[in-house]
Amino acid sequence: MKLEIISANRLSDGRVVYLTRDGDWSESIIDARSARSTEESAALLAEAERAVDDGIVVSPYLVSMADDGGAFTPLRFRERIRLFGPGTHRSATSKLSPQTGR
Amino acid sequence: MYRYDEFDHAFVRQRVAQFRDQVARRMSGELSEDEFKPLRLMNGLYLQLHAYMLRVAIPYGVLSARQLRCLADISRRYDKGYGHITTRQNIQFNWIKLSDMADLLEILADVEMHAIQTSGNCIRNTTADHFAGAAADEIEDPRVWCEIIRQWSTLHPEFSFLPRKFKIAVSGATEDRAALRVHDIGLQLRHNEAGETGFEVMVGGGQGRTPMIAKTIREFLPKAELLSYLESILRIYNQQGRRDNMYKARIKILVHELGAENLAELVEAEWQQVRESAIDLPEAEVARIERYFAPPPFEVSADADLDAARCGDSEFDMWLERNVNAHKQLGYAIATISLKPAGKPPGDITAEQMEVVADLAERFSYDELRATHQQNLVLPHVRKSDLFEVWQTLKAHGLASANRGLINDIIACPGMDFCSLATARSLPVAKEISTRFADIAYQQDIGDLRLNISGCINACGHHHVGHIGILGLDKRGEESYQITLGGRSDKNAAIGEIVGPAFSADKIVDAVETVMLTYLDQRQSGEAFIDAYARMGREPFKERLYANN
Repeated sequence: MKLEIISANRLSDGRVVYLTRDGDWSESIIDARSARSTEESAALLAEAERAVDDGIVVSPYLVSMADDGGAFTPLRFRERIRLFGPGTHRSATSKLSPQTGR
Repeated sequence: MYRYDEFDHAFVRQRVAQFRDQVARRMSGELSEDEFKPLRLMNGLYLQLHAYMLRVAIPYGVLSARQLRCLADISRRYDKGYGHITTRQNIQFNWIKLSDMADLLEILADVEMHAIQTSGNCIRNTTADHFAGAAADEIEDPRVWCEIIRQWSTLHPEFSFLPRKFKIAVSGATEDRAALRVHDIGLQLRHNEAGETGFEVMVGGGQGRTPMIAKTIREFLPKAELLSYLESILRIYNQQGRRDNMYKARIKILVHELGAENLAELVEAEWQQVRESAIDLPEAEVARIERYFAPPPFEVSADADLDAARCGDSEFDMWLERNVNAHKQLGYAIATISLKPAGKPPGDITAEQMEVVADLAERFSYDELRATHQQNLVLPHVRKSDLFEVWQTLKAHGLASANRGLINDIIACPGMDFCSLATARSLPVAKEISTRFADIAYQQDIGDLRLNISGCINACGHHHVGHIGILGLDKRGEESYQITLGGRSDKNAAIGEIVGPAFSADKIVDAVETVMLTYLDQRQSGEAFIDAYARMGREPFKERLYANN
């Protein structure tokens, strides 16, 4: 099933952030609001673009996620690097803790 | 080293003030990202995967202790306490806040540094032989001409929006340590038959997705006419270089499409038009700039023999063997500070280490330092009798790896750990290889070897010219790594050959070791890897690498 969230970089410091359920931006993926249909994804993206206009974030885009029994995992390798940060060991698990989002 | 004059100070301060205003307008929403992006790039600020990255220019790799201390201070105050030396002899900080940028640039300006033209389609930081002004094999110090090029090319109105970025390298030594032949323009100082000094001019080298070796378009250019000749090359490129396709926009493509001879004719014709136009500097101005690069007041030392510096400590002797090079001045040596300890990202240096190196430069190297395109640092003027003390200090701070030019002296781009263009990670591969080959005796047994890793086809890690090159790719969502063999960036520059299908992330280090074992099994006495490869060709390596497939 389709599962997407929105990520972007924060304008002021460039940090990776995710659009949250309450319309804010969080560094924790666990706060991210998910979309499960094309319409929901489009609505999320439209909301994110307003944050661009407001000077909060830069270049928001949809991130495809896998739902592994409640533990979200970005499908693309690049997104896992963005989430975990540099220096992640090559063999590190790609699954996230539902508690911490990391 | 060169010191800013009033013009330099005023212009750099003016740029800081301009950027402060541009950042404020971006933060207030007056400027959109599309409007702001070219402005921040002109000031060396990229937006990468995790944060903004600032690339600070180190003109031709030359630094003073004060400047390095300032970089240490910046890394602590505005970053995470470290910096990364790049293959353009610059330094990058990976965790900069946009809101801090103007203050940071102000601090840089205090020590005569900036980040201008470290990005964008302009003439980038001119690189040089990192042993310039010190090397025993030097014909003439290239830094004088690097500085002249810097002044000429900085904010050059005609060449600020070229079809693509443009990189120039200069060497004044007989050995090419500056990778001249993989630059847009490579300038080799040499003598002609009359004994005059001038430049051999090579054009159209480069790496990226279409690697090419530069062609010589002029065997000998009188030094005094360098700028008018460069201006002619850049003008032809600016007018005829492709702007319709960024992948075909570098001058190497123009050289390839026109042919080197035709390009040379066009440049010569243009040059005849401009050589009398007062672009070239008057002798007095060249002499003024030369004075900045006068040799330091060397002491006449009795202990001229490097063997006299040995003290029976085998670790120190290994470091002398690998990291110390001959100096033009009797009694002195050039010491390379390896930033390649096993298991660490190549080219990274902590704030504390920067301060240690700055102290050493001040105490033992006439306040001079160099950053190398191989991502190390250099103390260019060390008395041989001081080498042991220098080494002891380096060792105490994790900076005494005796591996210059060995397999662990890896060049690696930041890769997907940081870079938004990367298709795979470079640094973990580098760290794993350097851990696998951590035994210095093993490294020494393998001998001279250049291993370069890029995290994408843009080739910032110079994989095309590694004796062993590794290119990280994204293969259906998974990292994979292609190996090339036989590349080199010296006088016999060559592009490495792809040995076969790419390896998965968990197989690449084994594959490198297989290449090594093949070489060790089949080398002849005293034969370096690159020479063995030239003799043996690709097949023995390919056979062993893919024996089980």
